[in-house]
Amino acid sequence: MNRFTWIVLSCIFAISLWQTLVSATGVPHFILPSPKQVLDTLIKSRELIAWHALITISEVLIGLLLGAALGALTALHLMVSKTSRKLLMPILVFSQAIPVFALAPVLTLWLGYGIWSKVFMAVLITYFPVASNFLDGLRRTDRGFLDLASTMRAGKWQTLLQIRLPAALPSLASGLKLASVYAPIGAIIGEWVGASDGLGYLMLLANGRAKIDLMFASLFVLATFTVILHSVISIFANWLTRRAKGETKEVLENA
Amino acid sequence: MIKLTGSLKTGNNTWLFKDAELELVAGGWTCLLGSSGVGKTTILRLFAGLDTHGTFTDELKTRNCSYMAQQDLLMPWLDVLGNVLLGAKLRGETPDIKRGHQLIERVGLSDHASKYPRQLSGGMRQRAALARTLMEDQDLVLLDEPFSALDAKKRADMQELAHELLSGKTVMLVTHDPAEAARLGDKNAVMDTTGIHEMPAKKGASILAPEASETLKLQAGLLVKLRKDAA
Repeated sequence: MNRFTWIVLSCIFAISLWQTLVSATGVPHFILPSPKQVLDTLIKSRELIAWHALITISEVLIGLLLGAALGALTALHLMVSKTSRKLLMPILVFSQAIPVFALAPVLTLWLGYGIWSKVFMAVLITYFPVASNFLDGLRRTDRGFLDLASTMRAGKWQTLLQIRLPAALPSLASGLKLASVYAPIGAIIGEWVGASDGLGYLMLLANGRAKIDLMFASLFVLATFTVILHSVISIFANWLTRRAKGETKEVLENA
Repeated sequence: MIKLTGSLKTGNNTWLFKDAELELVAGGWTCLLGSSGVGKTTILRLFAGLDTHGTFTDELKTRNCSYMAQQDLLMPWLDVLGNVLLGAKLRGETPDIKRGHQLIERVGLSDHASKYPRQLSGGMRQRAALARTLMEDQDLVLLDEPFSALDAKKRADMQELAHELLSGKTVMLVTHDPAEAARLGDKNAVMDTTGIHEMPAKKGASILAPEASETLKLQAGLLVKLRKDAA
């Protein structure tokens, strides 16, 4: 059986388990709805959910893009400037000791109830894994490559862009993969703290009105989006890694 | 004349070597042998102007050179041609693609110019590295055990190819293999803790056959010297 068949089987298994639990215990639907009820709500409220999902997806995508770009640029800058590295690294490390969630209320205060406070949360949460992974990769270039570049009288910038950068692409790729899982968490936390749109807001609202089926339907949409986002980013990240290691399709076929 | 004299103190204030002296044969091969850790590679890195993690007592004018190490140091993200043209690209010059192809042909990799290092065998990778070294077209060529990772047949082939293609250049070869030095060296030297000692070397410019009695005799002489130092 191939991988896809297994994924379908494991979904069927999980849903059956859920349905059995609901039927066997006779738990009321406002505590734990059955899969069928969640599906009905998902279809019935599809426009409502889609609208809120669109908001959350935009926050996540903009946040991920900005966070990754800023993180990558920071890594390049810290690689080039030793002074910046010495000055900024302690700040960066210290900033990671602050739980991003604790900043959510103040971000809402500063940036308002709109999408930007959530985008900023996603930026904050994705920035560090990208910056630190990429910087680590840039700094761990094979000593021999740098010696070779030095005997070739390569300039500092040329060495950075043509040796260190391509050699660090696998590290950048693992940073991006982490960031793709973190970004939705950032956006949802932001929505919980203060929002009038988005899946996080919808989940809180549904929970408060005992519409647990709607809560589960939103959660399902969010989880599906996160899985798709992570898969797309992984495909891109793995392509980057293969490119950096010179693993073309032919190599893989011959191996 | 390319000559090095001096002593080198390492980071923890111990002498790696003292009063070492090595003059390279202009337009020929100088082979440096010695046990591991004695400082052969450091001598080569001093010639190359590379970081040695130590303080060298004498000023040594850094010269332009091309460098080839035990690892082929091919960039995995570049194909063979890209690797051969790397030097020019790193200096921000326009690479001479035609010459790159000619050199790839001379090392026998014409059919593999657009392949990535991962697709090549160890021997082919070292030949690609040799083409890249030739592309740099420097008079001084520094080789740090470039053939040591190859099997016996490929090593012998590479020695002949390198000798042919690097003719006329001043070559310094750091090696562990007395047979390699016997075949290639116009000057052979053994390094130990007391300094660098010149040893007999082949006469004439051409490379010796591995089975020639002169090769075997030189090889034996070098091996005896190496073993005496180690004891």
